Amino acid sequence: MREPLLDIKDISISFGGISAVEDVSLNISKNEIVSLIGPNGAGKTTVFNILTGVYLPDSGEIYFKGERIDRKRPQTIVKKGISRTFQNIRLFKDMQVIENVLVGTHTRTHYSLFDSTFRTRKFRKEEDEKIYKAIEILKILGLENKKDEYAGDLPYGDQRKAEIARAIATGAELILLDEPAAGMNPQETDELLNCIRYIRSLGYTILLIEHDMRVVMNISDRIYVLDDGKLIAEGLPEAVANNPRVIKAYLGGELHVGN
Amino acid sequence: MRDKKISFNNLEKFLYQPSVFMILTGAALAVLLIVPWLGLNSYLMNIVVKVAIYITLALGLNILVGYTGLVSLGQAGFVAVGAYATTILTKVYGWNFFTSLIVCVVLAAAVGIVIGLPSLRLTGTYLSIITLGFGEIIRTVIIVWEPLTNGPMGIRGIPRPALGGITFTMANSGMYYLSLLLMLLVMLFCRTLVRSKTGRALRAVKGDETAAVMMGINVTYYKVLAFVLAAVISALAGSLYSTQLGYIDQNTFTFDMSTIILSIVILGGMGTLRGMVIGSIILILLPELSRSLTDYRFVIYGLILILMMRFRPQGILGWKSRLPYPIRKTVIERISGPQNQTADDGETNHA
Amino acid sequence: MLLQQIMNGVTIGMTYALIAVGYSLVFGILRLVNFSHGSVYAFGANSILFLISLNIGIIPAILIGILLTGILGVLIDKTALEPLRKKSAEGITSLITTIGVSSVITNLLIARLGSQKKAFPALFPTGEIIVGSIKFTYTQIGMLVISLALLICLLLIVERTKIGLAMRASEQNITAAKLMGINVNFVISFTFFLGGMSAAIAGTLVSSYYNMAYPNMGYTAGLKAFAAAVLGGIGSLPGSLLGGLVVGISESFAATVLGSEFRDSMAFIILICVLIIRPNGFLGKKSIKKV
Repeated sequence: MREPLLDIKDISISFGGISAVEDVSLNISKNEIVSLIGPNGAGKTTVFNILTGVYLPDSGEIYFKGERIDRKRPQTIVKKGISRTFQNIRLFKDMQVIENVLVGTHTRTHYSLFDSTFRTRKFRKEEDEKIYKAIEILKILGLENKKDEYAGDLPYGDQRKAEIARAIATGAELILLDEPAAGMNPQETDELLNCIRYIRSLGYTILLIEHDMRVVMNISDRIYVLDDGKLIAEGLPEAVANNPRVIKAYLGGELHVGN
Repeated sequence: MRDKKISFNNLEKFLYQPSVFMILTGAALAVLLIVPWLGLNSYLMNIVVKVAIYITLALGLNILVGYTGLVSLGQAGFVAVGAYATTILTKVYGWNFFTSLIVCVVLAAAVGIVIGLPSLRLTGTYLSIITLGFGEIIRTVIIVWEPLTNGPMGIRGIPRPALGGITFTMANSGMYYLSLLLMLLVMLFCRTLVRSKTGRALRAVKGDETAAVMMGINVTYYKVLAFVLAAVISALAGSLYSTQLGYIDQNTFTFDMSTIILSIVILGGMGTLRGMVIGSIILILLPELSRSLTDYRFVIYGLILILMMRFRPQGILGWKSRLPYPIRKTVIERISGPQNQTADDGETNHA
Repeated sequence: MLLQQIMNGVTIGMTYALIAVGYSLVFGILRLVNFSHGSVYAFGANSILFLISLNIGIIPAILIGILLTGILGVLIDKTALEPLRKKSAEGITSLITTIGVSSVITNLLIARLGSQKKAFPALFPTGEIIVGSIKFTYTQIGMLVISLALLICLLLIVERTKIGLAMRASEQNITAAKLMGINVNFVISFTFFLGGMSAAIAGTLVSSYYNMAYPNMGYTAGLKAFAAAVLGGIGSLPGSLLGGLVVGISESFAATVLGSEFRDSMAFIILICVLIIRPNGFLGKKSIKKV
């Protein structure tokens, strides 16, 4: 087995005495696509929030590239190489798409306020570089023609993609996608799937929260299932889909596997 | 509504064509330079200088309100810091005006940090209240610190700025050019700020603080920075303002002053530079020109705030620019190859 | 001497509490600092003074004035704030709107009545009771009794009546309250009405205490009351009382110990300290951040 890129060991967190995530362990290897699924309120987004430093876990440890990150601030974690999108899109609506992506490059832009005020060579060189990079990323997601639109004016599907572009722009190796297909029609979802595969082919690692089982079964290398804050299953898509505990967790409903 | 938007954008596209933009900027500069020869009487010239100073003040507040989304209700406090620092240094200690500006900048930056620090913990309205409290406390400091500020008696006979034997007065239009210079420099600064890492970080903080944090932006740092920039700009304008007035006391820097500056930003259009100009012209020039309105001046300011918020919260000249993001030629060539470069060449910045 | 200072502080602090209630109630439901509240208070005092000058008798003048001020509160909400709620505008727009309203009211008062200070009649007979080393003037006693009675009234309205229940429901969750069939706009208007009336009563008491009223009186008083509301935990009525007393007593001490010019700054200094150290106030609640 390869050395994991991300290794979560027994994290727990509770709010006001109610446990939201309990002893969850999870690992991801480089260049994998891993999904985290579970019914509403299972604690998936909470895991993301702990991972990105929004919440401090009550116990447990998180290692990223062998380095412990669970007590670090969100800014530091971004710099280390983990970036995310949000369930309820959080783009900078009054900024152009390209500006949103440029904000993503923030931690890796090093010129000072002095440089930008006096337009030094360093500023121009770096700014040109970032703009170039931003457009390259927008190309990956097929948004290069919409770079000058305001993020808030984009159609829903494109907003999701713009968030992914922004996350990639941070230079992160591990991208956390929080329900990227939510609210998309089947055609948009297919596009998104291709997009995610393409991003993986570029060397990124992806952790995905998703409700759409078609997406999850189609794209994941491995799946973790969370119910009521606890991990109830993990493994290859096929195995997870046929796991009786998982089926029960989804209110006895059937999982629709395949296309 | 829709038609108006489109026409604004067409107009904008036209105005910001590189050639048109250059010609217009040149023309505007030329007009500004010859203003003193237009034969305006000294009363009008005083108002023109006041407008320039208020544009500068609005530009400062705009960094807070327009870019970063922090509403400061205590700008008058920063203005007072600058005004008193320069006045005391020049009048009491005989410093040169321009040397005293250095102290003024450092002091204002320090005050800006102190006032910005609460943004570590507070957001929105609470932060605004802190700034308001700051504005009031500064006035108390002025009253109480009598040995330095001469207390409620105020300071009279503030000397005009002078450099190398030339005194900048209203009569020789030195004051006018000085305030114009400061205004233009600040404007230029704001323009470069928006199109930089710093400006984007500030606007990201306004757009969505949590998302900004998740992009690795140190939100606290940028909020404090916004306060520092606003404080320094306001203080510089305040220094100039005090030499124009020739007399200051604690009642020069009241909440009303902060309200006027805020009204300018809101009326003109937060987050824009053009808005600060039009806002100052309307709110400073008009009441002076029609003296009969003086009694109702602040009633009108109030109504402007209410009506703008209700019907055009983005301000008179606030609209979403439809211009493409300025990208330098070399970058475009790198992206698309030199054969099919498109319309957008050179640095077509826009405010 | 010490007790006397506390007593003076308590008297004036009670009136801050009355004004603070207006901030607190509105903030509880709308999460909005109603900046215009100070000017509403000034309107109360000045309109009552104006009505008294019409020789309709002091008591009718006061009652009409209180009613008018309550209506002014409702008007502010209906004309300026409700339309913004309908558009579900950002919080900053409402805040700026209330600053605008404040400017309009204060400066209309100045334009109509002049900005100078005018004598306000004493409402209570002169005289005093001396208990030990402390001197209670009849005015102080009157202020204490009326303020306390009013605060208890307000508390009873909020805690024991049907409309109070609706207010508390709206405070918890405005959308849910709407879904439960509560006429939220009416509840908000009623809140503004209560806030306006208590501000007018406070204005009358303070004006009579200092024997004067003027259009600008609302600015500092409003800010101090706001400080009191935040101090006690905005949204909580007992908190307003506690905050009002703390502000009143501390400014009374500041004026004696440090000098009268510190009186007005004291509230801000306390406010800033409280906001930085304990933003939710003494009796406020905490909330969990959601992403």
